[in-house]
Amino acid sequence: MTTLAPPAVRVSEPTVTGGGRGGGLIWMTLPALLIFTAFGVVPLLGVLALSFTTWNNVGPIQPSGLDSWTTVLRDPDLPHALWVTFLIMGLSWLVQTPMSVLLGVFLAARKRYRGFLAVLYFIPLLLSSAAIAITYKALLDPNFGIGNGLGLPWLNQDWLGDSTLAVGVVIFIVSWQYIPFHTLIYQGAVRSIPTSMYEASLIDGAGRIRQFFSITLPQLRYTIVTSSTLMVVGSLTLFDLIYVLTAGGPGDATRALALEMYRTGFQANLMGPASAIAVILVLVGLGLSQLLRRLGGRGDESQQEGA
Amino acid sequence: MYKLLRLNWFGGALAWVWLVIVMLPLYWVVITSFKTRATYFITNTFAPPVDPTFDNYLTVIESGFIRYFMNSMIVTAGAVIPAVAVSFMASYAIVRGAGNRWLRSINTLFLLGLAIPLQAVVIPIYLIIIRMQMYDTLAAIIMPSIAFAIPLSVLVLANFIRDVPRELFESMRVDGATEWGTLWRLALPLTRPALVTVVIYNALSIWNGFILPLVLTQSPDQRTMPLALWTYEGEYGINVPAIAASVTLTTVPIVVAYAIGRRQLLSGLTAGFSK
Repeated sequence: MTTLAPPAVRVSEPTVTGGGRGGGLIWMTLPALLIFTAFGVVPLLGVLALSFTTWNNVGPIQPSGLDSWTTVLRDPDLPHALWVTFLIMGLSWLVQTPMSVLLGVFLAARKRYRGFLAVLYFIPLLLSSAAIAITYKALLDPNFGIGNGLGLPWLNQDWLGDSTLAVGVVIFIVSWQYIPFHTLIYQGAVRSIPTSMYEASLIDGAGRIRQFFSITLPQLRYTIVTSSTLMVVGSLTLFDLIYVLTAGGPGDATRALALEMYRTGFQANLMGPASAIAVILVLVGLGLSQLLRRLGGRGDESQQEGA
Repeated sequence: MYKLLRLNWFGGALAWVWLVIVMLPLYWVVITSFKTRATYFITNTFAPPVDPTFDNYLTVIESGFIRYFMNSMIVTAGAVIPAVAVSFMASYAIVRGAGNRWLRSINTLFLLGLAIPLQAVVIPIYLIIIRMQMYDTLAAIIMPSIAFAIPLSVLVLANFIRDVPRELFESMRVDGATEWGTLWRLALPLTRPALVTVVIYNALSIWNGFILPLVLTQSPDQRTMPLALWTYEGEYGINVPAIAASVTLTTVPIVVAYAIGRRQLLSGLTAGFSK
């Protein structure tokens, strides 16, 4: 998906409201079931199947055992792509989470101007990653860009031409785009914390900072799990932004996993190995969201309490 | 009391600094789109245009922008309307027939679908589209877009329908209404806020979609706006004001839609993720 990645969290079973009947209603689910199966479930099984072929995009599709997997796992580009992906994931989490929590807590107070801020904060979420990447590309021009505009010469760097800087730029832009969304989630979560907890702590003489660390943060625990899961899966599948901004460059500095899959499949026509990379993508995503749920100290209900 | 003020002060400062960081690129795009090519390179990049011009917009519109805009409209409407319709029907059945084993499995399947990243399955989708002889058509973008809108739509809509008091369904039943009639005359009006939310949310992600048009279409005629933007950028290269105008043009429709549907979107998003 594009702007807002769907949550990769399992949700608890619905509560039973009807009786044991409902068999006559199944036909109502058929259109959704049909199209979701055709373009969601079948492709998921298909990508696994294709990873055991060496389909080259034009020729016949024939099983070839583990050939594609050995190609991918022996390819030195894979560890690099994983490294870049985890680097962007980790650092953008470190930037986004504290910012979103602080802004969310601040905006949670029902003040008029804060509502106005929240409205403006939302705008980056409306823009396509392509539009954002193109805008930043022009703004980061070393000669005519942001450094000159603000009169800050140290900002006149070759942002996208330097390997380290380019990774930093990707992390900055991802944060620019998604902090608003996570701020929104935290804002809602903070509002649902019972005010009685704060009143009680006030009687005990707790200050704002103490309240933040002893009440707000612990109460936000499950929201942090939900928000982090969205961030992690979002970074894992980050494609549009990098593709338009740097196309993986300079060199292979920003060639993350999803981009590596696209290049292998649609540019090098190695659909088998690209499918193997896609399977790795799915497995890493599932693994990470499971891990986050464990860290959150709770099982299936995390989504219920979160956000 | 002193500590209380200090954290608030910190939060306030952070909020305003962040506002500048958010708005600066947006401000830059809009003002740059009104500059001439010549003045862009000689004036401060954040200074408002001295001689505002619409030429950049004309350039962009003349190079097929309306076509891309229409394509994006067709893809978005063509995917969102069916996606929300089938999701609504499925959600109704899932909630009303919650005791049924099959319906529960179907619900679980949709929920698992939330975990499938589109990027990871784009190769088989490409293969299916080619086999169905839909490659390089707008339908090729529409079909998978519908499928990937279903899981979250079902999640949000089912959560809302679940809140409808059971007595209302019972009384419709006593009055002799069929399930189909109940769906139309009871569930639909009561679920309208959630429907609006789901429509806006899906419209936004499909309107901004990049990888499906990139992989499933080829000819300029079938291009949607994000992809056209990327092509413009390649074509115009150094003509930054023209690029800024094209970014502005693709962004204005969504910002207008946001201004209209904002409350719905925000309240729905919060509710959708919190249940």
